[in-house]
Amino acid sequence: MTDVFRDRIDIALTVNGEPVEARVPAGQHLVDFLRGELGLTGAHASCEHGVCGACTVRVDGQAVRGCLMLAVQADRTEVWTVEGLSDSAAIRDLQDAFVARNALQCGFCTPGMLVSAQELLEADGVPSREEIREHLSGNYCRCTGYEAIVDAVETVARARAGKGAA
Amino acid sequence: MTIRFDNPDRPNSYIGKTVPRPNAARLVQGRGQYVDDVVLPRLVHVAFVRSPLAHARIAAIDTAEAARVKGVVRVFTGEELAAVCTPWVAVLAHLKGLKSPPQYPLAVGRATWVGEPVVAVVATSRLAAEEGANMVDVDYEPLPAVTDMMTALDAGTPVLHEEMGDNLAFRRLHEQGDVDAAFAAAHTVVEAHFTTARHTGVTPEPRSILVDWNPAEGQMTAWHATQAPHMIQTVLAQHLDIPEGRVRVICGDVGGSYGIKVHVYPDEVATAAIAKILGRPVKFIADRLESFNTDIHARDHEIVARLAVDEEGRILAMDVDDWTAIGSYSVYPRTSAIEGNQVVNLCGGPYDFANYRARTSVVFQNKVPTCQYRAVGHPIAVAVTEGLVDMAAARLGMDPVEIRRRNMYRDNAYPVTSPAMMRFEGLSHHASMNRLMELMDYDGLRAEQAALRAKGIYRGIGIASFIELTNPSPFMYGIGGARISAQDGCTVRMDPDGSIVALSGVTEQGQGTEAMLSQVVAEGVGVSPDRVRVITGDTQVTPYGGGTWASRGAGIGGEAALQSARALRHSILEVAGAMLQADPSGLDIRAGQVVDTASGEARMPLEELGRIVYFRGDTLPKGLPRELVQTRHFITSDYPFAFTNGVQASWLEVDTETGVVKLLKHWCVEDCGRVINPLLVDEQIRGGIVQGLGGALYEEIHYDGEGQLLNGSMADYLVPMAAEMPDMVIGHVETPTMESMLGAKGAGEAGTAGSPAAVMNAINDALRPLGAEVTAMPFTPERILRALRVIGN
Repeated sequence: MTDVFRDRIDIALTVNGEPVEARVPAGQHLVDFLRGELGLTGAHASCEHGVCGACTVRVDGQAVRGCLMLAVQADRTEVWTVEGLSDSAAIRDLQDAFVARNALQCGFCTPGMLVSAQELLEADGVPSREEIREHLSGNYCRCTGYEAIVDAVETVARARAGKGAA
Repeated sequence: MTIRFDNPDRPNSYIGKTVPRPNAARLVQGRGQYVDDVVLPRLVHVAFVRSPLAHARIAAIDTAEAARVKGVVRVFTGEELAAVCTPWVAVLAHLKGLKSPPQYPLAVGRATWVGEPVVAVVATSRLAAEEGANMVDVDYEPLPAVTDMMTALDAGTPVLHEEMGDNLAFRRLHEQGDVDAAFAAAHTVVEAHFTTARHTGVTPEPRSILVDWNPAEGQMTAWHATQAPHMIQTVLAQHLDIPEGRVRVICGDVGGSYGIKVHVYPDEVATAAIAKILGRPVKFIADRLESFNTDIHARDHEIVARLAVDEEGRILAMDVDDWTAIGSYSVYPRTSAIEGNQVVNLCGGPYDFANYRARTSVVFQNKVPTCQYRAVGHPIAVAVTEGLVDMAAARLGMDPVEIRRRNMYRDNAYPVTSPAMMRFEGLSHHASMNRLMELMDYDGLRAEQAALRAKGIYRGIGIASFIELTNPSPFMYGIGGARISAQDGCTVRMDPDGSIVALSGVTEQGQGTEAMLSQVVAEGVGVSPDRVRVITGDTQVTPYGGGTWASRGAGIGGEAALQSARALRHSILEVAGAMLQADPSGLDIRAGQVVDTASGEARMPLEELGRIVYFRGDTLPKGLPRELVQTRHFITSDYPFAFTNGVQASWLEVDTETGVVKLLKHWCVEDCGRVINPLLVDEQIRGGIVQGLGGALYEEIHYDGEGQLLNGSMADYLVPMAAEMPDMVIGHVETPTMESMLGAKGAGEAGTAGSPAAVMNAINDALRPLGAEVTAMPFTPERILRALRVIGN
């Protein structure tokens, strides 16, 4: 077992729009690679079972659990973390809505929550509150009770739809 | 000096308004800095070998293989760490009879729960440390495990700690009035057996600590996800033989605490001890399994309780027999007797009655130690009280709201002392109930319920009134001998640019402490909140304080901030008076300008005053006090605790075929005194409600009869997720405490205190026509179907 996990594999990918080449242990999870090797500490390791969503990042446009994907599986992909999504202003309206509505308290779940919410907001139409709750049901928040998060996502969905229609 | 809080048009009126949280923008960009984000040169990681048995003698430990793993730096056993770290005993003098054996950072000789740390492996990477831990060979000789609460004191049950004599950690009996006579004469007596399941906090960020020891400076620095940095400073200094002034605890961003991170954990002390031995930084981040088998558990109670009422529903007497099993040690330094003690203190809390008996029995068992978790004891006491009140109402054919109105202390009755000998300065049960009735349209909802019932749809309304203990004085811990500070301090200073810095002893766990402090200081000085930078969580920088626990941040820390801000304002105006040759009493500070109080005319911006004070002090009169920095500390003294009150309501539907409960809506009206920031308070209440809903419907730590933990992951221990949670309506009544200028009481635990009882009562309200009743939390589909006799027992 130990020998297998010690195997190192070369990967090449883009992270937040920048090319990254690295030699990673075959058993290293994507979230540990992003945090430990690249210093991108926005995605958090929490349940380590793919249940809580704190490690959620975008891989080729999809919201992915960084604790269930290996770094080697990210070879030749395009990865975005909350840091890159912040720098590019891609989710600024969502971030502003979270701050305005106090849709975060400790903030540990927030980067993953934002990535999951953005995935929903990119789909067509304005989601109902039930649809928002359902979509975020893989992202655990212990602080807010979720209502403020649902409000913030709903606000952004309506605002974006309004802009699209105009 | 007072502030006219009733005047919304007063200058600098930030207290009572929703202002943005200064740290939120950082957190939404992933720019927070939690302990695991901190990396230091020469950092090593520690992983722990933990007991796989609930009770075992440690016969031998072989670390040779582990030490050979590439990257492993050193391996430590319990004896090795005990040589540099004194053990602790978690008792408090005012909890008479409480006993617990000495506890060490790593088990010495004997392991007493599944998960207790036994060996520490230090390596240059976490992976190598875990690989090393896997190679440690511990020879355990199994000992009989104590796992059942109610038989823990039986003669046939082994004694967990032989030197303690028996398995009773603590027992308290409180009796007021003539309980037996009242029951004997009562019109109606209801009795029930309640159980509240073993929970844990499931903080999103696991417990985390990074400790560095610099032998050249003789200083220890701990980056710690904690609620009480000064308490941890004291503990590390005391047990690792370091002068207290040479221990610095830094608490940056914390990913959720809820009471979990206010305790002393053996593996965290071990990490500090190892750092001191190795002279280099050591990091420990619990993994999720470690969270489940080492974070404190709570709420593991069984209660048999009775309520006696007269024919008009007036409460005559209450009799409570509470049992709780705390695991194998009382947890340091707050102890594990407080939760049971709180049940005794809080049962019957909203009600004006005379005869009260309550006993708590706190027993040891071979499980994870339990200790204080958000709303400590309240969810249990409220469920017992409100469950019985609803049962009495049903027996009398009385509306649940009406029976409460007949028994709650009148809003003009205060101050009063409850039969549990709790002193209430001022509560608002009736005003809160009236507000709740309006918000939820109670009568309309009852009509809807009746209409749906006719169609075979079983919906229920559950009401739960409650009191909540906040703003604790030293009566909570200090009088028992623990160095847990009930006072708190704040230093406020003005820098040359006219900006304000506030250093506070209370901490930010995400609840909005820094926003609250920024607006209190802003109003106190006379600047906008964005001109105030708040610094918390560094024992070498902030005034000494207690931190975050027992809903004290706003009431205690906020008052210290207000008083220090007002003092700074006074200092600034004294300098301004000299500069402007004006009487300081005729000057004010508004929006960062010194102004004439009467006319509002701007006289000087604070940055000009700062320029003169810091760079042209030669132009000021000799001897003029020019310290633009003030510190004040605040402690409550008139009452041991500032009680708050509130009432919650749950509206839900029970699927009688599947046993699934669907939460439709939830209301909470509460009275935390002065509301400093309405949005933050509402979101504290909402988050607290949902934490209680988890306990009501999902959360339960399962052990088998051998003391093996059965659900140590988030896939197996269910927590509330977005899809199942309801929208919540929050309302307020404000009865400020007169102990402080600010008038704020605590708000952080009210939601959790009342929501389980509201859900229980709503389920039973829905099921009453079917003759079913549930009193064992969590109310799983299985338990509901058993109550409905759809499945057999």
